[in-house]
Amino acid sequence: MLELRNVSFAVDGDEGEKEIVRNLNMTVEDGKFVVITGPNGGGKSTLAKLIAGIETPSEGQIFLDGQDITDLGITQRANLGIGYAFQQPVKFKGIRVYDLLRIASGQTINIKEACGYLSEVGLCAKDYIEREVNASLSGGELKRIEIATVLARKTRLSVFDEPEAGIDLWSFQNLVRIFEKMQTETRDSSILVISHQERILNIADEIIVLSGGRIERQGTRDEVLPKILGTDAAVDACARLNGQGVS
Amino acid sequence: MLQMDEIQKRLLNEVADLHDVPTGAYNFRANGTSVGRKSTANIDIESKEDGSGLEITVKDGTKDESIHIPVVLSASGLTETVYNDFHVGNDCDVLIIAGCGIDNCGKQDSEHDGIHRFWVGKNSRVKYVEKHYGSGDGQGKRILNPVTEVYMDEGSSMEMEMVQIKGVDSTQRSTVAELGEGCHLVVRERLMTHGVQQAISDYDVRLNGDGSSADIVSRGVARDHSYQKLDLKIVGNAVCSGHTECDSIIMDEGRILAVPSLEANSVEAALIHEAAIGKIAGEQLTKLMTLGLTQAEAEEQIINGFLR
Repeated sequence: MLELRNVSFAVDGDEGEKEIVRNLNMTVEDGKFVVITGPNGGGKSTLAKLIAGIETPSEGQIFLDGQDITDLGITQRANLGIGYAFQQPVKFKGIRVYDLLRIASGQTINIKEACGYLSEVGLCAKDYIEREVNASLSGGELKRIEIATVLARKTRLSVFDEPEAGIDLWSFQNLVRIFEKMQTETRDSSILVISHQERILNIADEIIVLSGGRIERQGTRDEVLPKILGTDAAVDACARLNGQGVS
Repeated sequence: MLQMDEIQKRLLNEVADLHDVPTGAYNFRANGTSVGRKSTANIDIESKEDGSGLEITVKDGTKDESIHIPVVLSASGLTETVYNDFHVGNDCDVLIIAGCGIDNCGKQDSEHDGIHRFWVGKNSRVKYVEKHYGSGDGQGKRILNPVTEVYMDEGSSMEMEMVQIKGVDSTQRSTVAELGEGCHLVVRERLMTHGVQQAISDYDVRLNGDGSSADIVSRGVARDHSYQKLDLKIVGNAVCSGHTECDSIIMDEGRILAVPSLEANSVEAALIHEAAIGKIAGEQLTKLMTLGLTQAEAEEQIINGFLR
């Protein structure tokens, strides 16, 4: 179980200190699928980075299965079972897709096993496994590879920052299937997704609406979803593709 | 079996991936003398009359054959200059593997200056692989100053892979190429320096024939207090295309000077250069750390990939 207690995060700006996340309290229970939504600039991505250890809270504490991980670095949190998929996948020079999947799995995996993860994210494995993770890949391809690296980790808590960005409509079903499979394969594993997409909100166990760095709403899907449909927090996938949704 | 000691065999393995004699033509040089040589029906290896190096002649039409000419130095204080000339006939397709390994456990400097000259015949293809490696914990320096000259005849192509990853204290590499009509040259250079090492690498590539092209990519990593200077020059004298790329990572107190230069003497010459120097991108480290690597492990993976 992940628990955040009174977590705040502030940065120094031109106009003094600016709080991105304010006094946030939340839990992600084992086996749950939680979606964090809300308007842009509301602190969602910062929250994901605070959980992964990429940012450190100015105040408050973060617990994983009862252990205080507030002062632990990225590597230590990763090794405790936190997975994190970047909103903007990172590009490398010379590092191949296979290398990333091998590192992610934490063991020596053969090409066949690595290809399995690529097939999961809808990529024809033989075309990609030896390719470098660089700018020659499209945004959508990089995004799917990013998701595959988190799949390969088989972590207890996986955080996805807008996993649907750059993925076409067909892949939404695929993405949903991936989430379901992750939870089936790794017992009691939980998934935290940052998303505006109604299709993803629709499969959430719980929804948290973050706005202005604070939790505006929090509850089960049935409690929260009817109240946010039609707002910036929930966007229909078709509207988004037509350029009518939030970016 | 070659008459080499264990250190020399280890060096041979590092520079040429060889544990024993290879198939094809070869000449092994250890501490200044030839310790093994074989010519084949199509490839002739002879000593120069003045003893300064080798004359290697590849007959017209030789396909899918290889030539190994590794050099190892395990004696401290040995300094040598070797001239090896390669005459590759027309319509050939050959692989040439050179390389030099120095182990210096003594106080005196050891130096090998290899001057390799290639005349590549019409429509021939040559792949040239050169690895440099140094080891030993003596105070004496390990110095390698290779000179590579390439003269390419009509329709020929050459791919050069030059790698110096470890242990060479000082190197000054000089590569000169002249390309005729329809010739193609591809160079992939990988350099890593550490400690207080210095590496200087300069290229002067002349595209003299119509339809010729050159693609030169140098990737370097300068760690600790090391220094690299990369001077990549392409001259376009005809209807030609040239590209140079100098891509470097600096770490610790490392320093790099990149001097890309282009000279177009024909309005039909299309020349491009790219140069970038920077530290490892923070987001790359972060990504690999989210996969469970420590920062040091992440750096190693990024550098290994970069220099692949």
